Amino acid sequence: MTLVAERRDVSAARPEPSPARTEAEAPPAGLPAPLLRVSDLTLEYRTPERVVRATHRVGFDVYEADRFILLGPSGCGKSTLLKAIAGFIPPVEGSITLGGEVVRGPGPDRIVVFQEFDQLPPWKTVAQNVAFPLRAAGLVGRREAEARARHYIDKVGLTPFADSYPHQLSGGMKQRVAIARALATQPKVLLMDEPFAALDALTRRKMQEELLALWEEVRFTLLFVTHSIEEALVVGNRVALLSPHPGRLRGEYNSHDFDLTSVGSAAFQAAVQRLHGRLFETDPETPVPAAPAR
Amino acid sequence: MNQHVRPPIRSEYDLVLPPFVEVPVERVLPLSTRIWQQGWLRKGLILVALALVWEALARWQDNDLLLPGFGATLAALVEGLGSGELLERARISLTVLAEGYLGGVVLAFGLTTLAVSTQFGRDLLSTLTAMFNPLPAIALLPLALLWFGLGSGSLIFVLVHAVLWPLALNTFAGFQGVPETLRMAGRNYGLTGLAYVWQILIPAALPAILSGLKIGWAFAWRTLIAAELVFGAASGQGGLGWYIYQNRNELYTDRVFAGLLLVIAIGLIVENVVFATFERLTVRRWGMVR
Repeated sequence: MTLVAERRDVSAARPEPSPARTEAEAPPAGLPAPLLRVSDLTLEYRTPERVVRATHRVGFDVYEADRFILLGPSGCGKSTLLKAIAGFIPPVEGSITLGGEVVRGPGPDRIVVFQEFDQLPPWKTVAQNVAFPLRAAGLVGRREAEARARHYIDKVGLTPFADSYPHQLSGGMKQRVAIARALATQPKVLLMDEPFAALDALTRRKMQEELLALWEEVRFTLLFVTHSIEEALVVGNRVALLSPHPGRLRGEYNSHDFDLTSVGSAAFQAAVQRLHGRLFETDPETPVPAAPAR
Repeated sequence: MNQHVRPPIRSEYDLVLPPFVEVPVERVLPLSTRIWQQGWLRKGLILVALALVWEALARWQDNDLLLPGFGATLAALVEGLGSGELLERARISLTVLAEGYLGGVVLAFGLTTLAVSTQFGRDLLSTLTAMFNPLPAIALLPLALLWFGLGSGSLIFVLVHAVLWPLALNTFAGFQGVPETLRMAGRNYGLTGLAYVWQILIPAALPAILSGLKIGWAFAWRTLIAAELVFGAASGQGGLGWYIYQNRNELYTDRVFAGLLLVIAIGLIVENVVFATFERLTVRRWGMVR
């Protein structure tokens, strides 16, 4: 059983900024500096009638090559959080730092893979789509962009479709293009907003498998939003659980031992039950059963 | 009803399927169906039918002064084209049209780019289109003649007016219809300002922009012919509209019809060749329209 509520003290200290906070800010002993640090982040969005608080003082660290999952029910602000990290939503309070620099707007060092299939410009072929951010951001020259596009299209197994247009591809293939495009840009962190939620169950499973294989090969840093407990445990090595209305951090759990082969195992089922219990707890005041020590 | 009926448990079975050879999996459509799928053929048949109706009506009417037949009109058209007069008139009209059309397009894009980037631009565009779009371009012609004199300047002015508002309205509607995900993807790549408009908004809104361009083209063409009919010889050498007007005065009704036929033909060519080709190479190819 590896699902350990690590750093419970830290996450418990997070919601209220306190003198102890500064100590919590410093990387714990033995850990490298985090790549992405979200601290005390409060986000709000506007509807025509009101201002809604999406997240309230959320803080977590993502380290190099992490597969960090944001898990929570709808309304917990996980997608808003991801969009804030991508730079689309300015924080009301708190800060987001990537590699020591404060995030101020959207940029190609944080490429987002959205859930929707319309993220690929329909007027560009698969190869042009993958090369587009490289050229648009002026990262590399035309020749290099084409070579890199070909390389990553090959990685996701779409070489035969390099000259097809997005409307000629299936949903799973479009998401593969989106992932290839994101990887080709070689972002500091890859942001995925429920990328497989619109796919059928079989394709989703295959895509999770492929994503993990790609990670084994490229070792990118991934921040992945999902509402599926199973997906969180399979894809991630660390899962942050958010509570809804407004989104607050409920805890962080390790899941690095699980992959697609462990889905049926007792340990996996126990982990699912644990997270399930935390997601659906009726009374937030109920103390959570103490996590078994690792 | 018995609530507790359980479906019977049946035995399982396993079939080994032999390769499917009875009928071909794909078949070509019959030749007649494939021919009927050609758009130009169907449209051509419509045109032939209209010409036949016209000819029949003219024969029944039997008055060349009021309604010359299709054959007589065609003869006048061939004669006009042969002598070069009609071609010259069409050239003059199309040159003025192109200038006015381009001016309108450039202004429309400027205005909509302003509208997508600032709230003030949005208000400006919506107020101006609400004010000027309902105003017929021809109604501005007397004023334009006063301001720009008897020349192509006033024609271009009314053409710009005819193209600008419908195109700006359509383009802006197209920009607003661009999916949020696609916008975010573009900004995610680091695109801002004019690069963002050019590389994301315009291609994504191209179906709406194209329909705006088509509407603008039709408005411009009809405005030009109407303007020439009224003040056509202003610049000393008139276009197609003036040709029609002159020949009506001299009661060459077949030439009037030949002029009108050429106006229609140019409209059909632009719609079915220029716009259709552009559409096929862009929005159809990209799967944005069917």
